[in-house]
Amino acid sequence: MMAGVEPEGGAGAAAAGGGGERWRAIGRSVLLTLTPVVLALVVAGLILVAVGVDPLTYYAYVVDRGLFSWLGLQETITRMAPLLLLGASLIVAFRAGIWNLGIDGQFLLAAVLVAALAPPMAQALPQWVVLPVCILVAAAAGAAWSLLPALLKAYQQVNEIITTLMMTFLGTSFANVLVKLFFRDPDTTVPQTRTLPVEDRIPRLFDTTINSGVILALIAVLVVHVVMTRTAFGLRLRTVGANPKAAVHAGLSVPRLTVATFAISAALAGAAGAVEILGVWGNVRADWNPGYGLAIIPLVFLARFNGYAVIAFVFAFSVLSIGGESASRRLGVPHFYILVLVALLLIFLAMVEYIDHRRRQAKSVS
Amino acid sequence: MGALLTEAFVASLVVGAVTAGLPLLLAGLGEQISEKAGVLNIGIEGMMLIGAYTGFVAAYYSDSLWLGFAGGAGGGAAVALLMAVFCVWLGMNQIVIGIALTLGAEGLTALLHHFQFSRTYPRLPDTATLPIPGLAQIPVVGPAVFDRHPIVYLSVAAVFAVVWIYRKTHIGLNLQAAGDKPAALDSAGVDVAMTRTAAVLVTGAMAGIGGAYLANVGAGLFVPFMTNGAGFIGIVLAMLSRGRPTWVLYGAALFGISLSLTTALQVGGVNVPTDVIQMLPFAMVMVVLVLFGRRSSLPAALGLPYVRGAR
Amino acid sequence: MARDSAAAAVDSEDAAAPVSAATVELRGITKRFPGVVANQDVDLTIRPGEVHALLGENGAGKSTLISMLAGLLQPDEGEIRVDGRSVVIDSPRRALQLGIGTVFQHVMLVPTLTVAENLMLGGPWWRRPDRDAVVRRFTEMAAAFGIDVDPDAVTGQLSLGEQQQVEIIRALWRGEGVLVLDEPTSMLTPKGIERLGALMRRLTARGIGVVFITHKLKEAFDFGDRVSVLRLGRMVGEIPPETLRGLDEKTATDRIIALMFGHPETPEADTPVERAAAIEGGRMTRRNPVDPRAPEVLAVEDVTLERPEGRPYVDGVSFAARRGEILGIAGIDGNGQKQLAEILSGQRRPDRGTIRLDGRAIERLGVPERHKAGLRYVTDDRLGEGTVAPFPVELNLVIKQIGEPPFWSGGMARAGAIQDHAEDLVEDYDVRTPSTRTPIGRLSGGNIQKTLLARELHGRAKAVIYNKPTYGLDLNNIRSARARIRDAADAGVATVLISTDLDELMELSDRIAVMLRGRLTGIVDNGPDARRRIAELMTGVDRP
Repeated sequence: MMAGVEPEGGAGAAAAGGGGERWRAIGRSVLLTLTPVVLALVVAGLILVAVGVDPLTYYAYVVDRGLFSWLGLQETITRMAPLLLLGASLIVAFRAGIWNLGIDGQFLLAAVLVAALAPPMAQALPQWVVLPVCILVAAAAGAAWSLLPALLKAYQQVNEIITTLMMTFLGTSFANVLVKLFFRDPDTTVPQTRTLPVEDRIPRLFDTTINSGVILALIAVLVVHVVMTRTAFGLRLRTVGANPKAAVHAGLSVPRLTVATFAISAALAGAAGAVEILGVWGNVRADWNPGYGLAIIPLVFLARFNGYAVIAFVFAFSVLSIGGESASRRLGVPHFYILVLVALLLIFLAMVEYIDHRRRQAKSVS
Repeated sequence: MGALLTEAFVASLVVGAVTAGLPLLLAGLGEQISEKAGVLNIGIEGMMLIGAYTGFVAAYYSDSLWLGFAGGAGGGAAVALLMAVFCVWLGMNQIVIGIALTLGAEGLTALLHHFQFSRTYPRLPDTATLPIPGLAQIPVVGPAVFDRHPIVYLSVAAVFAVVWIYRKTHIGLNLQAAGDKPAALDSAGVDVAMTRTAAVLVTGAMAGIGGAYLANVGAGLFVPFMTNGAGFIGIVLAMLSRGRPTWVLYGAALFGISLSLTTALQVGGVNVPTDVIQMLPFAMVMVVLVLFGRRSSLPAALGLPYVRGAR
Repeated sequence: MARDSAAAAVDSEDAAAPVSAATVELRGITKRFPGVVANQDVDLTIRPGEVHALLGENGAGKSTLISMLAGLLQPDEGEIRVDGRSVVIDSPRRALQLGIGTVFQHVMLVPTLTVAENLMLGGPWWRRPDRDAVVRRFTEMAAAFGIDVDPDAVTGQLSLGEQQQVEIIRALWRGEGVLVLDEPTSMLTPKGIERLGALMRRLTARGIGVVFITHKLKEAFDFGDRVSVLRLGRMVGEIPPETLRGLDEKTATDRIIALMFGHPETPEADTPVERAAAIEGGRMTRRNPVDPRAPEVLAVEDVTLERPEGRPYVDGVSFAARRGEILGIAGIDGNGQKQLAEILSGQRRPDRGTIRLDGRAIERLGVPERHKAGLRYVTDDRLGEGTVAPFPVELNLVIKQIGEPPFWSGGMARAGAIQDHAEDLVEDYDVRTPSTRTPIGRLSGGNIQKTLLARELHGRAKAVIYNKPTYGLDLNNIRSARARIRDAADAGVATVLISTDLDELMELSDRIAVMLRGRLTGIVDNGPDARRRIAELMTGVDRP
């Protein structure tokens, strides 16, 4: 029922090359992306006007704080790390036609396990062992948390939307149970895990406060993009996603590829949790749940599952959310406003795409 | 264990279960109607949240709880109208739009709340209840179940009304045909898109009332993100109920009990972390899916836009 | 205007009065679709109290014709008259008002509702459905027609035959006028077919006119009072009741076969030159004798695919196709051809049997390995499974070779190689596409088929299975696709050609096997007498 998410023409990226058609295609997708962005900014601006804030001042402040101030920019880039890894996770899933809506749970559980594992490990082992092992453990934890939905989808055709959502709710609570009952730091009053000392965390980039996990995340998105668009394995996943019957016709094992999709997607979500803990927080407090999942899903759609576009959108979103957090302190517009903006973007994107689709259909009929 | 079953524990459990379960009941029942007609309404979380906000605003400014529920219904239905336009009429992706509407509702209500109420956090006065003579006098359970706001009784009555509608009216037949074999409905001369639109609007209104209950009766005030996944639980209830309204009632009761178990246990003197209890319903759902996954029945045309002539 | 519907009819007294049986005439009906003329100048008269059997192959235009009677399509030319009055049937509702009820091949009942509820569907929503009235009328009609179905049974749990009876009642709900049955026997068991025949008798006895569409000769002869034959969109002949009654079964079926498949007496070509010219012009069958000593390229033995219950989909099929030979497989749709093709291509595992390609057992290989070994499959479901619509043409051309050189090396796609390959094939196979990067879903059916042929025929194809390769194409594309198939065979490809179009099989094949209920019931050498023998095997008129 959810087949056909493969963007038309997006698959053309399998063959790079020149030619006017390529430029026209790029121009078209830029137009298809910019129109909704502008529309969303305008309509969201009207909402600001309604609550008595000058939208131009607000937008300018957000961009200034999130992008043009050095401190803000560093925060923005640090924020990108988990979002990019989650984006990579969703690129894999969505291109393969799997609605992994459980990334928040996968992220959170992995984060808690890493938070529990890293401090004791760091006492005994060198950093270059601890960090990779922790990231791998996180990836494995994420993947494990997706196993049940994966098997149910692959072999029983149980709708993964429902199972991944369930696992996310379950995972959120389970993460809390772990923090409060098993991994609790006995020395704090607030329930939280033991804290990884700053010097044992993922090193910062040069002289900045930027968490160098963002490099890992960037690499992950680029690798995922290349794998999905240029490799045989990626094409197999995309074929399953775009037309499972054609996949069978071409001799692909749909159940096995489905499980692989879940495993990779959830492993990346788990890695995102590790990067967030090892790079930024150092521990997990009880009831901590940044809820990146719902925000990143629309971004990946907006980017039409394209890795480069995901990087661009995640950057823009991070600017908005860091700038928005500043603005909420300064201009009194709560950062929830960003959610409205993202929602409007998504709706306008869908609309523009619908109109474009109809227009092209009309053209091909005539 | 004997000490656990004190009067205070049971009373607290049942009171909490009704308060927590009612929004789930309305959401689940509404979602079931949409799904019956073939629309997977992922935006129900957003509908509840908007309903909670508009319901609270209406109740706060009118001093009438009933107008509050009407406001909630209107707010939920307004979001549902967007859903209907995008998904039923234009045939856009139901999941993407559903998530977008949820996000938008979260952001918008939080924003509006911030500007209106964040300084004062106004509360509504305690809800007047309507004790049902006789039943309300039953010890322990009586006051918990039969001394509530009338909307509670109406919601439970709605379950049976929906049973009746499914079985005995043309509306019920049309809904089922729209979800199971839209082509058959179309050939019988009934507009499939209109049928689905009506279903989605009713879903929105019910979810909105559920949200309003959460805000106006459950909490007495509006808090951003207060639905906290209730809409998604509603979706699960609907999917597992296999089209039977009474199953949604049982499911909502079960979820309600799990959600209120923590408080009740604390009242009963046992300290179990909330989170362990909160896992129960979801774990239960997964167990059910593992055991009966293959047989879970959803309308054949669920999630698919209807285009005449296309098979 | 009041909402009129089958259910509302129950509520108002007058509407329930039967529409008196009418004569429905189609006069000079022509219906065109882009690139195809589906019906051309068709005349058909449906008389009260008569079963009018309408015969024709797939694609002969039967469905289009009844869609116009049912109000789903409008004729481009010609008129429809009811009792001499010219009418426009612009909706299914209007058709019912005129007393024309249609039962389509695919069940149009909501499987989760009961019989009575299905009959109530479409009533005004503000009114309570009057179940009792519906049940009463249903019981009345069922009794009158000799139908025994519980009105409170859930439709999806009824047998297909029972569902069909419910649909017949629904079609006649508004009045007993004309009943159109679109291939009603295609999904029935032999017993169910018998019952349907008896039911049609009872209906005509009440003065109802029945149009009975089928492609089985025996059924047409057994159940039809009058037989008409539709061929390539034209009405090519009619045998009126007076004549039909006077004929014995053999003479009748011979005459019908002659009408259905054209006259078998094609003038024989004498010299090789004349023969070549005749073949070239498509006037004659390919009877290029294949060397009987040519090696068997594709040898299939005892291939069987069981079905959870009932007879197997494919039942002990054995055959061999030699180098350069075209082996046709004829049969009505749904006799196991698709499953056989999928087993041969590697998409499906048979329960038993062996498949050899050039003497090597391949039944354990998957699709890509078989493709690589030279066994190719051109599916009949071009858009559903043959292609991935949003993918560009160039990727669709290599979708069965994912990961293989020269298009991939070390798992990475070699864009240049893929594109060059696509450009060559697009040119060789004359695929009309704006570019090799155009999503294939935007091409026309003919060009999609050319792409599929290019994918399956290029390289070292040794054996190719075609499933209905020209189904749904327009004439030009049919011709070019057939030329491809023939050329490939001439170049030495062992060919298995599954088709429901007997003309196509006659034109291309060296030998023709007939598939019926999962078994190969016989293999006939193509020749003057083949057409009749195949038609007999195909339609189940088994005569020693």
